Amino acid sequence: MRLTLERRTQAGIWASLASPTLAVVLTLVFGALLFSLIGIPPLAALTVYFLSPLADLWALEELTVKAAPLILIALGLAPCYLSNNWNIGAEGQLVMGAVAGSAVAIATHGQGHGSYIVWLMLAAGVLGGAAYGLIPAVLKARFGVSEILTSLMLVYVADLLLDYLVRGPWRDPKGFNFPTSVSFGFEARLPGLSETGRLHPGFFLMLLAVALLAFMLARTLKGFEIRLVGEAPRAARFGGFDDKRLTLFVFALSGALAGLAGIIEVAGPIGNLQPTISPGYGFTAIIVAFLGRLNPFGILIAGFFLALTFIGGENAQIALRLPLDVTRVFQGLLLFFVLACDTLILYRLRVTREGAPA
Amino acid sequence: MMIFEAILLTIITAATPLLLAAIGEVVVERSGVLNLGVEGMMIMGAASGFAVAILTGSSLLGVMAGLFAGMAMSLLFAALVLGLAANQVASGLALTIFGLGLSGLVGFPFVGAKREAMAHLYLPYLSDLPFFGRVIFGQDPLVYIAFALVVAVALIISRTRAGLILRAVGENHHSAHALGHNVRQVRLLAILFGGACAGLAGAYLSLVYTPFWTPGMTAGRGWIALAIVVFASWRAGRAVIGAYIFGGVSILQLHAQGFGLGVPAQALAALPYLTTIIVLFALSRLPRGSSRAPACLGQPFLPAR
Repeated sequence: MRLTLERRTQAGIWASLASPTLAVVLTLVFGALLFSLIGIPPLAALTVYFLSPLADLWALEELTVKAAPLILIALGLAPCYLSNNWNIGAEGQLVMGAVAGSAVAIATHGQGHGSYIVWLMLAAGVLGGAAYGLIPAVLKARFGVSEILTSLMLVYVADLLLDYLVRGPWRDPKGFNFPTSVSFGFEARLPGLSETGRLHPGFFLMLLAVALLAFMLARTLKGFEIRLVGEAPRAARFGGFDDKRLTLFVFALSGALAGLAGIIEVAGPIGNLQPTISPGYGFTAIIVAFLGRLNPFGILIAGFFLALTFIGGENAQIALRLPLDVTRVFQGLLLFFVLACDTLILYRLRVTREGAPA
Repeated sequence: MMIFEAILLTIITAATPLLLAAIGEVVVERSGVLNLGVEGMMIMGAASGFAVAILTGSSLLGVMAGLFAGMAMSLLFAALVLGLAANQVASGLALTIFGLGLSGLVGFPFVGAKREAMAHLYLPYLSDLPFFGRVIFGQDPLVYIAFALVVAVALIISRTRAGLILRAVGENHHSAHALGHNVRQVRLLAILFGGACAGLAGAYLSLVYTPFWTPGMTAGRGWIALAIVVFASWRAGRAVIGAYIFGGVSILQLHAQGFGLGVPAQALAALPYLTTIIVLFALSRLPRGSSRAPACLGQPFLPAR
């Protein structure tokens, strides 16, 4: 007797909803097992991780702050992955967006400009991220270099550039030698929209991006092209679609969204440029994209779920003195289970007897 | 002469983990599987190897622990991509994220712990020879194991029946299956071998190279090993050249930082990563032919019966 996989002729809608749900449940079960293995009461730990971030208004606002960059980045990654362009360097594109946008803030600092500066910063962030995303895209489309490796290598380069800038030319001269830039002025900050000031317009920009991406993927020729190139590259070529130009397009788009996420972080919650401006949003967004099944609305939900793990991880560090790595373990487990459960959408598991004709 | 010898010795220690991981990945990719989780397997090898070496006081047990940790990680990957025919790129990424997290947990109690680096080989007279004595006869055992693996893998792939089957599975899994070869079994063994090599590479980092444990200490070396496989055109012998180029760049930039050339330290630290991109780019300008990837690389296999 053996188990075999058989391709389904049609993926049911229930399966595409059930699979991410099952993945989340399995992650929680395995997480509980892991906690009891290292001697922590599993229920209490899971409560800290997944419920404490929902406990009060302040926590909910914090959730939107963490979810916005994750969802923005994942929205850009979806068209990439749908069309077989493996951009795994969104973290670097985020950093370069933040750097490009901060250049505007730092150049105009203290000159009494109006609040149009923050819009210029957002635009610069989008352009910076897109330009950085285009490097692996050009290398792939023009020269056939693996975009997986180049986009990842550029993350390290971007991190080092940011480190150089805040320790070198952009260091605040009045900052007591701390490696940070000047604190951005009022004109260069996203205004707080609530009493605590944590909720910021970036959240609504993110919602807008969800709607735009959903429209593009479902209703436009570009969306069709993206899916066709991914699923049937030969047919797409015969259909007259240029897969090289598409590579440039999806990389520029995802770079732009990651760059936007970066500058939103800096102009919003952080307020100046620091050596580290992201707890790995660019990598976690990969999980968000897959958990959301590369669908903008799915990504919206998945982004909130993974934002939970960031806040839960911070809470657990304080309440249970657990290292932050637990968050990464959860995130890795989750991606494993998402991928495993996706198989059950595409294939039917079938038990066959050895030797019997199938 | 002395400083030159010292630099050469450090280049060997920097290149060995890259070589170990790359040689494993050569075998994996030759079987048609792209395992992007090298970084995750490597760092688990580093954490587990160091933890066991501290607990038992034995470098050998530490190395073995690193090897088995890498294999255990690769088994997870195999379950996904072979058992469930999952997307290989995404599964490899999951393995890296998971490994970076889990290694942090495993290594958490050992942050700040110190131990002696693994003993080096010492042959009377030979190791004392001027200049080449220490370079050739005075390395730690894993340096020799790495080179032995290169020779063994190169010979097995090109000269044996097992190597022929491995290549057949990687080039055309449907034909190999039709000929009666068990594609998934071959790939499982290749993945496990890759995991063992990556685990060894990690153990080398935490037991010889540094020798201590810090979270995230692999610092992208797993990814550089993947680039070396491309650079080596999927050939074991050429991986040596790649590993030593990258090992050399990372050591020379450290020395350059020490000299204070007036170049920002961050620019020098970015050199290994920039070199990777430049080398991959330069490689793409060469006429293709012998440097082609295995035809089935990254494609899931399901027997069509």
